[in-house]
Amino acid sequence: MVVNQIAVFLENKQGRIYDFAKVIAEAKIDLVSMSIADTEEFGILRAVTSDNKKAVEALKKAGFTVISTDMIGIEIPDVPGSLAKVLKIMSEEKIQIEYLYSYARSEANKAYIILKVADNEKTVQLLNKRGVKVVSDFK
Amino acid sequence: MIFSEIEKAPRKEIEKIQLERLKKAVKYAYDNVPFYKKKYDEANVSPDDIKSLEDISKLPFTTKQDLRDNYPYGLMAVDMKDIVRVHASSGTSGKPTVVFYTRADLEMWSECVARIIAAAGGTDKDIVQIAFGYGLFTGALGLHQGWEKIGAAVVPASSGNTERQVMLMKDLKVTALVSTPSYALYISEVMEKMGVKKEDLSLRLGLFGSEASSEAMHKELEKKFGIVSTDNYGLSEIIGPGVSGECIKKCGMHINEDYFYPEIVDTESLAPKKSGFGELVLTALCKEGLPIIRYRTKDITAINYEKCECGRTFARMEKIKGRSDDMLIIRGVNVFPSQIEGVLMGFSEIGGNYEIIVRREGYLDSLEVLVEVNDAQLLINFASLESLQSRIRHSLKTVLQIDAKVKLVEPLSLKRYEGKAKRVTDLRKI
Repeated sequence: MVVNQIAVFLENKQGRIYDFAKVIAEAKIDLVSMSIADTEEFGILRAVTSDNKKAVEALKKAGFTVISTDMIGIEIPDVPGSLAKVLKIMSEEKIQIEYLYSYARSEANKAYIILKVADNEKTVQLLNKRGVKVVSDFK
Repeated sequence: MIFSEIEKAPRKEIEKIQLERLKKAVKYAYDNVPFYKKKYDEANVSPDDIKSLEDISKLPFTTKQDLRDNYPYGLMAVDMKDIVRVHASSGTSGKPTVVFYTRADLEMWSECVARIIAAAGGTDKDIVQIAFGYGLFTGALGLHQGWEKIGAAVVPASSGNTERQVMLMKDLKVTALVSTPSYALYISEVMEKMGVKKEDLSLRLGLFGSEASSEAMHKELEKKFGIVSTDNYGLSEIIGPGVSGECIKKCGMHINEDYFYPEIVDTESLAPKKSGFGELVLTALCKEGLPIIRYRTKDITAINYEKCECGRTFARMEKIKGRSDDMLIIRGVNVFPSQIEGVLMGFSEIGGNYEIIVRREGYLDSLEVLVEVNDAQLLINFASLESLQSRIRHSLKTVLQIDAKVKLVEPLSLKRYEGKAKRVTDLRKI
């Protein structure tokens, strides 16, 4: 039960996010969710797409350093307080989160949270036990 | 294989030949080139003062500036009708340095290069691709003649069109590659991109010269191509490639001492040094077209006169540690780009290409090193990228004694070179 994301190394240079988006667009891949963490000089762009395998291939061919990794995806109601509820559980279980980003689907009234933790398997088990809905597909 | 008997002759015999030839060479230059006559007369020395090899230190040096001042024909010792070849060095500033060869010079040059190829393991069975730019540059034709003398099949691919280079290497089952180390590294990157593996090639040897390179870089090339990679050395003012080259033991570059007499001098005082590192000064012992006596190469090296495991008694010079003029002085500390390269090659997460930028902020020099992030595993979290940055920085500090900023850039974003790589950008205005 994991969600796959891609991570791309980007220099902090004007136009680089566009370069990334262009490759994805030309490969006819749909961007589902995206987040960027940056420093003064470089950043890591993380994204979930409609076809990560194809995205990695296209980006590699275009000369990007890119990798796909497995994350945890959870589904929560798109209402105030639902993220806090899950994070409380995780805090109680002493699961450290390296980073997370989210993606909301208004028509479904659901929000998806993508989480990076140290041990995926253990975390999924714990979350399942505590009644948090873990998903592996966002489509 | 040892190409000529002289390469393993007793030292006494080598020195005897050197002295005989040195006396002749000095007299020849004095009698045939007004520049040398004037210079020696002014310094109050005459060819007759050369009675031992040590006496060479009585003679004044010759510099690149002397060649420039006498551009183009001023230092020639023969009539133009006796010249059969002209080469020129890549002039980084102003006019190039032009050099001339008689037929005998070309034969001597081929002999020297053939010896170096044989020392590096080249044979008449090899198919060799020469990926140096053909033209005025001595590298391509120099190696070309040497390999032909050995009897190998020469593929004069010249530089550039890298995908075609890979195709030729693969289709013709090329066994030996000749190029600059930086271009070889670039070829390996293009190979990867094309999906060509080292196993798809028949390559077994690489003779990578014409720019200073670290042993770490050669190790990297050996890994990328699955070959034995050797360094060789030469400069057009002396002859071109063929002055010296590594044997397969890779413990220094054997100097063709019967044709080139080497000295090491202190970089500051220019006094001859018996041991240790210093500037290499070379004298061509048998050149007709353009005699050259005590030429300051500006290259920093040391010479070892002990017999090599390979059987050769010809002295070995260390890999070029840098040039006395590309040596960077940063905050008073001497820094050689080769030292930086040595550090960077120790990190498998980054590519072999790098750039060094020197700036002056206020009165303070700063050093920045740009490296390409190759290892996608680093993207799993930020900490590993930052840790890479700080580990490189720490290693540089340990080796250079000064702090350098490390900038991670995208793969293939730094400029690639088909010839000599330009690694250093010095933005200081001093």
